[in-house]
Amino acid sequence: MAEEAKPAEAVPPPPPSAQELLSQAVGSVRGVYGSRVEGGEVVARAARDSLVGVMTALRDDPRLAFEQMMDLCGVDWPERGERFDVVYNLLSVSLNQRVRVIVTTDAVTPVPSIHTVWPVATWWEREAWDLFGIVFSGQPDLRRILTDYGFEGHPLRKDFPLTGYVEVRYDEDRKQVVNEPVRLTQDFRSFDFLSPWEAMTTLPGDEKVFTERAAEQAKG
Amino acid sequence: MSETVVTEITPSGRTVEIDSHSINFGPQHPAAHGVLRLILELDGEIVERADPHIGLLHRGTEKLIEYKTYMQAVPYFDRLDYVSPMCEEHAFALAVEKLLGITAPDRAQWIRVLFAEITRVLNHLLNLTTYALDVGAITPSLWGFEEREKLMEFHEAASGARLHANYFRPGGVAKDLPAGLTDKIAAWAETFPKFLDELEELLTNNRIWKQRTVDIGVFSAEQALAWGFSGPPLRASGVPWDLRRSQPYDKYAEVDFQIPVGRNGDCYDRYLMRIYETRESVKIIKQALAKMKPGPVKVQDRKFTPPTRGEMKRSMEALIHHFKLYTEGYHVPAGATYTAVESPKGEFGVYLVADGTNKPYRCKIRSTGFAFLQATDVMTKRHMLADVCAIVGSLDVVFGEIDR
Repeated sequence: MAEEAKPAEAVPPPPPSAQELLSQAVGSVRGVYGSRVEGGEVVARAARDSLVGVMTALRDDPRLAFEQMMDLCGVDWPERGERFDVVYNLLSVSLNQRVRVIVTTDAVTPVPSIHTVWPVATWWEREAWDLFGIVFSGQPDLRRILTDYGFEGHPLRKDFPLTGYVEVRYDEDRKQVVNEPVRLTQDFRSFDFLSPWEAMTTLPGDEKVFTERAAEQAKG
Repeated sequence: MSETVVTEITPSGRTVEIDSHSINFGPQHPAAHGVLRLILELDGEIVERADPHIGLLHRGTEKLIEYKTYMQAVPYFDRLDYVSPMCEEHAFALAVEKLLGITAPDRAQWIRVLFAEITRVLNHLLNLTTYALDVGAITPSLWGFEEREKLMEFHEAASGARLHANYFRPGGVAKDLPAGLTDKIAAWAETFPKFLDELEELLTNNRIWKQRTVDIGVFSAEQALAWGFSGPPLRASGVPWDLRRSQPYDKYAEVDFQIPVGRNGDCYDRYLMRIYETRESVKIIKQALAKMKPGPVKVQDRKFTPPTRGEMKRSMEALIHHFKLYTEGYHVPAGATYTAVESPKGEFGVYLVADGTNKPYRCKIRSTGFAFLQATDVMTKRHMLADVCAIVGSLDVVFGEIDR
């Protein structure tokens, strides 16, 4: 934050902040096709195929020096063509800066594994595979990690129900743990808060109001 | 390098019998710190390979948070790392505040610093003492748990709960400290260093303790960086890095404290880091108490924080705000942030994606112990079986946060 402490010049454009400079440096890496500052954090979008090269450059370039990969996670956007974001949060302890690298993929296209760049990636990649079903190519140990042995499905996908599909209990008669389809005595209560004033469904006989309103709007 | 004995050679290939035995360390092992299932492949008593199986405490926290409002998500953070609950809340509160574009008032920030440090002492007391227990020393845990109880009383006085505090909220803290609590904490801070001296007398120069920890599980700075280490294990390896200093949040920029950095990166250094950090925490606690001034403890914008009960009795508007906050909650503008704090264990981060509704779209929890535990395979290689306990203990893993 040392750059920001300088006295502000009024007339010419302000000098670029540390984040903007970092963003430019990250943007010049081969394979990064978009780098900008979002809410004070540097976010770079990288091409999936050149990911390993990008990550190696981010780690080894002395201007960037991201020695650590702190986090890797998936984000599911089911309405998109390539529904998954794979998000890498990198940290440089020598230069005290962070960057977020995002690549997109879908349920079948593999993302190159970066465990060769940072060995810590292995478990995070296993987790992304387990919870989202994101495939990582070149990852020799792509086992499930958080869910139960023999679990099916990828629970953090948006189309996976909160309750899951099976429940586990101990069967006293059979003397063993059994998996059964989930039975709920009460539905999960989910309220729609997006449209507070239109949450009421149209009352019977009231449809005319809406048709008239639509007709008026069509007229202009 | 297990003994391999060639038993027969057939035209199709060799049949090799491997004399290596694997054992299950946990999930019910007392030194497994919870529900760690560690599959160890041994050559005699020497560990060849360690394969941690985690997820036995997986509760789907991240999925659950996606279905809760921002305020309802806070208690889940207590239940992640249940020995340092307030520090986990801290990360989430800061992340939400960042997306909302609000800043907690001064007093709230000081209270957060105060309780984050109390939580750090709590966590280190548990870790140091149970780590000693794993290695065979019972007394430290008996003493340490008594001291922890005093701290949990402070937790209880402030939040109403000993463990699952739900105290740091986006926009400040839940409520102001009760009268007289700061005096009690100040009195405790005077006596506590003496307790630490006693604890150190038991361990620091103890011959057996040193035999069990010095040069065990050595991790170089390069290794520690590559394996995503943070917190005391990273500093023990000689990397001077503390988020409280380098990326200060709340009032950490205004307090004076030292950051211990080790040299050897072994189990003993990791122990020393925690001892010194605890002493520094007491220093921060004293400063926070001295610098704290009366004032509001949460953002005074009623769109984000609830009104007082008294206000609600008189003001219709306050009542509406209260109702809206506790049913719908606030809507967080679309955006994403990775916000990390220096939790007692290391960097605890929250990657929060908001889509403009009242619920997080995605809340990834970057747990500290996840990275530590992954490195156990490398760390325990060619160590004796008994050293596995020391290494796992020195890493300070808690399964609430690893399994999420």
